[in-house]
Amino acid sequence: MLTAVFATPAFAAGDTGPKVADFKLPNGLELVVIPDHRAPVVTHMIWYKVGAADEVAGHSGLAHFLEHLMFKGTAKHPAGEFSQVVAHMGGQENAFTTSDYTGYFQRVPSRDLKTVMEFEADRMTGLQLTDQVVLPEREVILEEQNQRVGNNPRARLSEQIEAALYLNSPYGRPVIGWRHEMEQLTRDDAIGFYRRFYGPNNAVVVVAGDVTPEAALKLAEASYGTVAPRASIPPRQRPQEPKPIAARSLTLADPRVETPVLQRDYLVPSFHTAKPGQSEALEVLAHILGTGSNSRLYQALVVNEKLAVAAGAWYESSALDDSKFGVYGSPRDGVTLPRLEASIDAVIAAVADKGVTAEELERTKTRLIADAVYAHDNQASMARWYGSALTTGATVSDVEQWPDRIRKVTAADVQAAAREWLDKKRSVTGYLIKDTSPQAERRS
Amino acid sequence: MTRFLTFFAAAALAFVALTPAVDAMTIEKIMSPSGIPAWLVREDATPLVALNYAFHGGSSQDEADKAGTANLAADLLDEGAGDLDSTTFHKRLENHAIDMTFQVGRDYFHGSLRTLNDYRDEAFDLLGLALTKPRFDADAVERVRGQMMAMLRRETTNPNNLASRTWWRTAFPHHPYGRDAQGSLETVPHITASDLRDYVRRAFARNELTVSIVGDIDAKTAGELIDHAFAGLPAKNDIKPIAAATPQGMGRRIVINLDVPQAVVTFGGNGLERSDPDFMAGYIVNHILGGGSFSSRLYREVREKRGLAYGVSDSLVWFKRAAVVLGGTATRADRTADALDIIEKETKRMADQGPTPEELAAAKSYLKGAYALSLDSSSKIAAQLTQIQLDNLGMDYVQRRDKLIDAVTIDDAKRVAKRLYGGGMLVTVAGKPKGLESSGTPD
Repeated sequence: MLTAVFATPAFAAGDTGPKVADFKLPNGLELVVIPDHRAPVVTHMIWYKVGAADEVAGHSGLAHFLEHLMFKGTAKHPAGEFSQVVAHMGGQENAFTTSDYTGYFQRVPSRDLKTVMEFEADRMTGLQLTDQVVLPEREVILEEQNQRVGNNPRARLSEQIEAALYLNSPYGRPVIGWRHEMEQLTRDDAIGFYRRFYGPNNAVVVVAGDVTPEAALKLAEASYGTVAPRASIPPRQRPQEPKPIAARSLTLADPRVETPVLQRDYLVPSFHTAKPGQSEALEVLAHILGTGSNSRLYQALVVNEKLAVAAGAWYESSALDDSKFGVYGSPRDGVTLPRLEASIDAVIAAVADKGVTAEELERTKTRLIADAVYAHDNQASMARWYGSALTTGATVSDVEQWPDRIRKVTAADVQAAAREWLDKKRSVTGYLIKDTSPQAERRS
Repeated sequence: MTRFLTFFAAAALAFVALTPAVDAMTIEKIMSPSGIPAWLVREDATPLVALNYAFHGGSSQDEADKAGTANLAADLLDEGAGDLDSTTFHKRLENHAIDMTFQVGRDYFHGSLRTLNDYRDEAFDLLGLALTKPRFDADAVERVRGQMMAMLRRETTNPNNLASRTWWRTAFPHHPYGRDAQGSLETVPHITASDLRDYVRRAFARNELTVSIVGDIDAKTAGELIDHAFAGLPAKNDIKPIAAATPQGMGRRIVINLDVPQAVVTFGGNGLERSDPDFMAGYIVNHILGGGSFSSRLYREVREKRGLAYGVSDSLVWFKRAAVVLGGTATRADRTADALDIIEKETKRMADQGPTPEELAAAKSYLKGAYALSLDSSSKIAAQLTQIQLDNLGMDYVQRRDKLIDAVTIDDAKRVAKRLYGGGMLVTVAGKPKGLESSGTPD
């Protein structure tokens, strides 16, 4: 039996957009349907509310390892069958893991929605693993670590900064894992994690595309609806950060670095942990400070002072716990990182002291709100938007009202955000430099 | 942290499958008041317009000692035009949430524009300014050149770039296709503003201009906007012809020493031109060997069974005057030789025996269905319409495509497999692969 909890109204007034429906099945599974009838295709995603931050210390990389192993078959469907069926449809599939969620998706013709829901519901609790498939896959994730991090000095820098930024939160662990721990992950670790966290009462299914909410609900009822809830799913309470009191800095030297980089991350609230309006102000601040060539950092460092070849800022609003706000720059030849850092500090201080202009505020709002309209042009982006929000503590109406909340941000809000959050004591500053020691220059 | 990843340093548009949205959609051929033809697809679900266009003459027009000219010009088009300096131009774009991109491939200059309906006049006017009156102010040229040089320096220690660049340089020596569109540390410093102006003058013209437009717009308005952007261009381009070329170095293996934990491999050989009658058969056979889905032979043997790599794939890449089949993987140093052995063995097995009838049937099913799925936004549909026009496939290609796939027999597949993979491969490896050395002689 299914109960429709609520069906939400159209997108926030003034914006175009589909009517998004939101249901909850008796077994706890949440279903979100975003109708888009332009083409006879659907994007079907399942998002589990579990990620790397839910791992037990010492088993880093386990959430992501399990994501890989979810493709290794069930009692009902042997390894490879699901992928073959999706390929037969001409469909696309993939999966992803972050600190807060693990997602799986298929993009298929709408007539095949029933089939992919059945397969996905089957592997929600039916996964079977043997060492024969687990051990080669562990080699695969180690190669993935090499490809994403080991071979990439900038990724190594980010990893070190995050580890230093989070004193207590598991967000300091890399999602891919630390190699020495990845090497020790076992089949039993993966199955244990799976049995603890994968179940209908810990999942959100998002369907975007050529299907009505009613039809999607019926299909979900017949597939996911038959899976019993897991009793074991723990509340999502991770260790929280203490009040930051010391500016930290680190330097990573790597012989492959040809262009030095400065990156600084600040500990700031996420949408979920922020007071109303704070997250939106940080969003606007990140844009004015460091998105695109009109931004303060680019104009000051790259265009006017000619100190840098790149400079910018970003903010991650989607996170269950306190998140991060980053600034970065890459100096021109002959400019030192401390010199660059001084200019970055000056740009940030100017926003904190004098605020932003009405023109900057207006331009940023236009751009951010337009991005929401552009997102409607792509059903997969819409599905990702809702899925990531709903697995990090937001609701469907939070997503729908996002443009309105951005509209309400004032210049005073942005200035207050810069003052309160872009405080060096909340941050880690990382330098990426070339390692020129004789040993480092040795090439095999 | 995505599970799968496709490689490909190589530029070139891979064979992007079309969508079934395309199946159901009507392509209108329209003509602007000034006489510029375009393909239009009306799509009124979202209040936006997506434009995609291409000029003939990409990086292959660069002089060898000034490689990177077309690319640098593209990077500078939104850095000031007409009476708007760089800052003003960028503000106009962002104030109206207009996305404007320029990209240079080996044969073509590609551009795109995306705008909300409310701002479309401004968007097309700004594009017209960028294309007809780029300023190339000294300040902007030096800034963007500096950014390009920093990127090129970074690439000198990036294994992906090293493997890829070495592959192209070896496969197409003394040919423009062998050079990277971005140029090199040696060539970019010598490019002058007058070189940039010269490229724009020679390439941007109304003849050989390909235009596609998708969105909430009627044919008349679309024609008028197209004129805002393009009517001010010269009538005729002045691009130089490119010689036909066949990739060289088959059988060679080149190792570039670099101290990284994982060796990056580029491999490939001669491909099929888009107009080749065997193209579709080759496209299917390549999908079976190393195409994008998770069921390819290479994926199964290299990743699934042995865990040697996170990704491995190959694809057909074609140009006006050459074609290649090109693949890549990245694997730990002590197993690189094993991974390469498997790739070479599987490639040879495909050349000798071709696919099985079951594999052929499964690939056909996938490729027909995938057509329906890959074009999931107005911008992607517009880009695909441009590609269909550039490849001379005709307005009915979308309807014909399933039939072309179904017409490929197992005998065709076997014959074309031998043609594609029977000639050996050029392999480049960047890293410190254990027990692997350069081998084979230069042509």
